[in-house]
Amino acid sequence: MSLMTDIGQKAFNLGVPLAVHMDVTFRCNERCIHCYLDHDDHGEMTTAEIKDVLDQLADAGVFFLTLSGGEVFLRRDFFEIVEHARRLMFNVKIKTNAVMIHEEEARRIRDLSVDTIQISVYSHRPEVHDAITKLPHSFERTVKAIRFLREQGVRVTIANVLMTGNSSDHAGVQKLAAELDAHYTLDPTITPMMDGDTSILSLRIPGEELTEIFHNPALVGNQEEFCAPPKPVSEEDLEGYSCSAGHSFCYISPYGDVFPCVQFPLPTGNIRQQKFLDIWNYSPQFKEVRSIQAKDLTVCSSCSHVSSCSRCPGLAYMEGSMRGPSSADCEKSFYRTGIPTANMLRQGLSKPRSTSGSVPLIQIRPIAVPA
Amino acid sequence: MPENSIYIARSSAIAARALAGEMMVMNSADSTFFTLNEVATAIFQAADGCTPLRDIVRDRICEQFEVDPEQAQADAEQFVTELSAHGILRVSDRPLPAETSQQASR
Repeated sequence: MSLMTDIGQKAFNLGVPLAVHMDVTFRCNERCIHCYLDHDDHGEMTTAEIKDVLDQLADAGVFFLTLSGGEVFLRRDFFEIVEHARRLMFNVKIKTNAVMIHEEEARRIRDLSVDTIQISVYSHRPEVHDAITKLPHSFERTVKAIRFLREQGVRVTIANVLMTGNSSDHAGVQKLAAELDAHYTLDPTITPMMDGDTSILSLRIPGEELTEIFHNPALVGNQEEFCAPPKPVSEEDLEGYSCSAGHSFCYISPYGDVFPCVQFPLPTGNIRQQKFLDIWNYSPQFKEVRSIQAKDLTVCSSCSHVSSCSRCPGLAYMEGSMRGPSSADCEKSFYRTGIPTANMLRQGLSKPRSTSGSVPLIQIRPIAVPA
Repeated sequence: MPENSIYIARSSAIAARALAGEMMVMNSADSTFFTLNEVATAIFQAADGCTPLRDIVRDRICEQFEVDPEQAQADAEQFVTELSAHGILRVSDRPLPAETSQQASR
């Protein structure tokens, strides 16, 4: 077991919130077609409120702090927030589209010893990237910013979210990341909007393309291991938990609402009304999330994939029950291994069905590329 | 370097937090990750740049952990050498100014 895994397990067992993802704004200068956020400002926390939250998080034992949005640099006080976080000795990661990062900002980020900047790049083709962000010249500005950051020695991760309009561009983005000396990650997950609207799920890439992605060694590493059939389910597997959400991880919105995860919109309390640790330790919702073991899952407990599935309890919650299946993850397990899940079998399916309610999951919708 | 003139300060490039009596430390420059035991944590937390290592060992280690002063001093010097090689601690023969107004890790 690596030291980091060991620490993660220790925090999980002790119920220490080792990592927190905090959105400091939902406002954004891009209008990405797959975004799950409402970009209007409904009363963001002030600078003083955020600093107070950071003080509380440090006292609660939080070590890994991800600051995200919206676009974080739209907050004029963003560097003040990062400075405060670093003074409190958090390991800080920032998620941004980077279009507002120039040489000066890159220098300041380096000086603050930010661990990593994660930047969304949708395609190596500017017209495709810009068509997704709906911000003209955003590709050019983002790539320029990555160069500024790398010149300063700041670690950059390029996050490549795949959807119908860019699903064939992952190799190009991976090559671009190598040229820019940036780390590359791929994510084929499109989540419903925070208000429950599932219309954007129509952007999810078709299952057949997921198979191709999951069997591509350039993307998944050891393909044989990654796509191996699940091992027989053990008692230990059934005693296990889904993920760190609510156990050693949580999410805080710009309005102070606390959730188990950024894609698990179960309200547990608001930091403007209660202390963070009171919410973390005593919220009935957190207690319920923490109580759920694999054996308690209504369908998944009898699934052969239960020990290896990426089942997201947040997506399951958005589908109707945090103890139920997450169809998007059933789909991934199926296309990864070729073995149907219990959720599919109970519905008499040999292939996954749409997970988007009234909107078909498999729907090709090419992005309009400006001439 | 004579032991009576060692001053140590935490680098501003690190992240640190206590978890169940141990200190987690990560250097953002190369993402190296360490955990410090209770004794090392006490030295790390006392590394304010202006207290000599000798005083830290006497007041924070020998008193708290009931260890032999000479052995404790030797162990502390080795620990300081290792952490400074990883960029976690700054070491000098004179008091060190703070790089930032970093707060002692909780």
